[in-house]
Amino acid sequence: MKASSTPRAAVVAALLALMTVPLWVGNSYYVDVASQILLFAVFALALNVLAGYAGLVSLGHAGLFAISGYTAALMLQAGFPHATAAAGAVLATLVTSAVFAVLALRATGIGFLMITLALGQTLWGIAYRWVNLTNGDNGVNIAARPAPFGISLAGAPSFYYATLVVFLLALAAMAAFDRSPFGASLRGTRDQARRMTALGYNVWLIRFLAFLFSGFWCSVAGLLYLYNKQFISPQVSALQASAEVLLMVISGGTATLLGPVAGAAIVVIMKYVVSAYVVRWNLVLGVIFVAIISFMPEGLVPGSVRIWGFARRRFFALPRRRGTVREGAQPQARCGPTGPLAGSAPQPPDQVWGGEGKDSRKPSPGAPP
Amino acid sequence: MTLWLTLAVNSIAFGGLLFLLSAGFSLIFGLMRIPNLMHGSFFMLGAYFGVTLMLPAVGANFWIAALASGLAMALIGGAIERFLLRRLAGKELAQVLLTLGLSFIVSDLCLMIWTGDPWQPASPAELRGVVRAGGMIFPLYRLAVVAIAIVVAAALWVMVDWTRLGAMIRAGVDDAPMARVVGIRVSRLFTLVFALGAALAAFAGVVGAPILSVYPGLDSDMLPLALIVVILGGTGSLLGALVGSFVIGFLYNFGQAQFPDLAYVILFLPMLLVLVLRPQGLFGKGAS
Repeated sequence: MKASSTPRAAVVAALLALMTVPLWVGNSYYVDVASQILLFAVFALALNVLAGYAGLVSLGHAGLFAISGYTAALMLQAGFPHATAAAGAVLATLVTSAVFAVLALRATGIGFLMITLALGQTLWGIAYRWVNLTNGDNGVNIAARPAPFGISLAGAPSFYYATLVVFLLALAAMAAFDRSPFGASLRGTRDQARRMTALGYNVWLIRFLAFLFSGFWCSVAGLLYLYNKQFISPQVSALQASAEVLLMVISGGTATLLGPVAGAAIVVIMKYVVSAYVVRWNLVLGVIFVAIISFMPEGLVPGSVRIWGFARRRFFALPRRRGTVREGAQPQARCGPTGPLAGSAPQPPDQVWGGEGKDSRKPSPGAPP
Repeated sequence: MTLWLTLAVNSIAFGGLLFLLSAGFSLIFGLMRIPNLMHGSFFMLGAYFGVTLMLPAVGANFWIAALASGLAMALIGGAIERFLLRRLAGKELAQVLLTLGLSFIVSDLCLMIWTGDPWQPASPAELRGVVRAGGMIFPLYRLAVVAIAIVVAAALWVMVDWTRLGAMIRAGVDDAPMARVVGIRVSRLFTLVFALGAALAAFAGVVGAPILSVYPGLDSDMLPLALIVVILGGTGSLLGALVGSFVIGFLYNFGQAQFPDLAYVILFLPMLLVLVLRPQGLFGKGAS
């Protein structure tokens, strides 16, 4: 779903719709929900760089998001101006991302997931337990939203527009990344890591840079979140938060430009709708997670299309033999992994844990200089 | 001095609990190649089952409650493996995420059923006393926990190293496709090991309840510990799980006592060292 392949009229219509949200939504509460969709879309786009394009599923991303928010909040509390606090937050997140990357890229696949999970929980532990620094469970408040170029962001519509600008920048960066040689080489490391090594690419470095790129947009999303809520608490760094953003990426469709955006909209809206009726959001999150992974691992939109097609064949036309669902799911795996859930990792299973990363850092003997 | 010794005893007891939790985790990971992100949930759910059975209305004895809870969780774990994970055979990432989704469901259901208040059952009456030795006082129950962990470790070791079943599990851990070729029904082993791991975790939950109490969030407190133990010890290695458990038990308790703010960070340091120096874990088999 590249921007270039989408009809220009649709892009213009979507832009117009996004730009006029405060006008036709009216109620500032819903404008605020729209802002949150956009900021979580930035977060999901950031995770998609790793989970989608690099095939490295991280469960520690909420930690990066939280580092950014906490750094900015604590610097603001200490009396720094907004610009310094924001710069400090981005810098702190980039440094943390680099540390995460160095540790987690010792492995790929499941090992990567485990290490990022443990690292994310460590950050959660700091946010929750280091009460002197982070104020523990009570969280940190900030006095006011920033006013870039003298424009106040205090109202819901003005904050929405600021978030929209950042979101469009993130989307443009992702589109550029998608089309760049860097994006192509990252996809290459996902599909054929060993071949990329043989071609002379430094697989480890490509993954490392992708992690930093992802970390940068995580920090931007974390800042937006802090400004939106004017409050941050350990909850944003919990495993549930990492799982939520992963659900956004997976439900919309991984390694696509607009999938994570659609996923963010679906999850945020669902969270608000569900929370209005029942208090059990985590239960619903779990059920959706299990349902999507079991029945439509390729994402909600393609999955619904497939299941609808199956139902039509099954009930309205020629009845096929049993087991068609399995067959329907197969082509994904056959054309190579298009997403992290599409099939087992291309590496042999005994290399999932650590061996591969080491291998790929050595230039292979036959590589061109 | 007394403080340090008490802390050491607590650390060993906590290490024993961690071993009960992470032995199954490690075997599941070694055999099925997935970290079971529900393992903390098994621990918590098992503990809740146990305290419910011990309520005056039911009135089960502590040990019966612990065994019954383990048995119930073995059935639940086996069913999850058979009916949910099996559908996703070969898609490891999907399996991991499925266990993650299930862990959210379990934690929210537990909150719904057992409310947000912590439950702390009394330790069994016969173990409520203390042992005095050399002017020092040791709580008997914690020593009993260590003894249980050692007995379970020995039993697991005998099973894995000396029985036919253990040989099949080892074959599955080393090379599942090859094991299948020579006629071992690896899929049945998956169910069995998953059920065994779930039972051990639930049993550990009940045994740990008098020490740790049971509260919402116990699952996400325990899961990272199991993860770190396995990263430290190496996947699929019982010896690794044993050593890792005691290392983490000590670090966790001493960290909590000395630097309560940074207890989590201290835990993470040995993991960092092992990842940098020996990514396959202390006792793991290196990728050839």
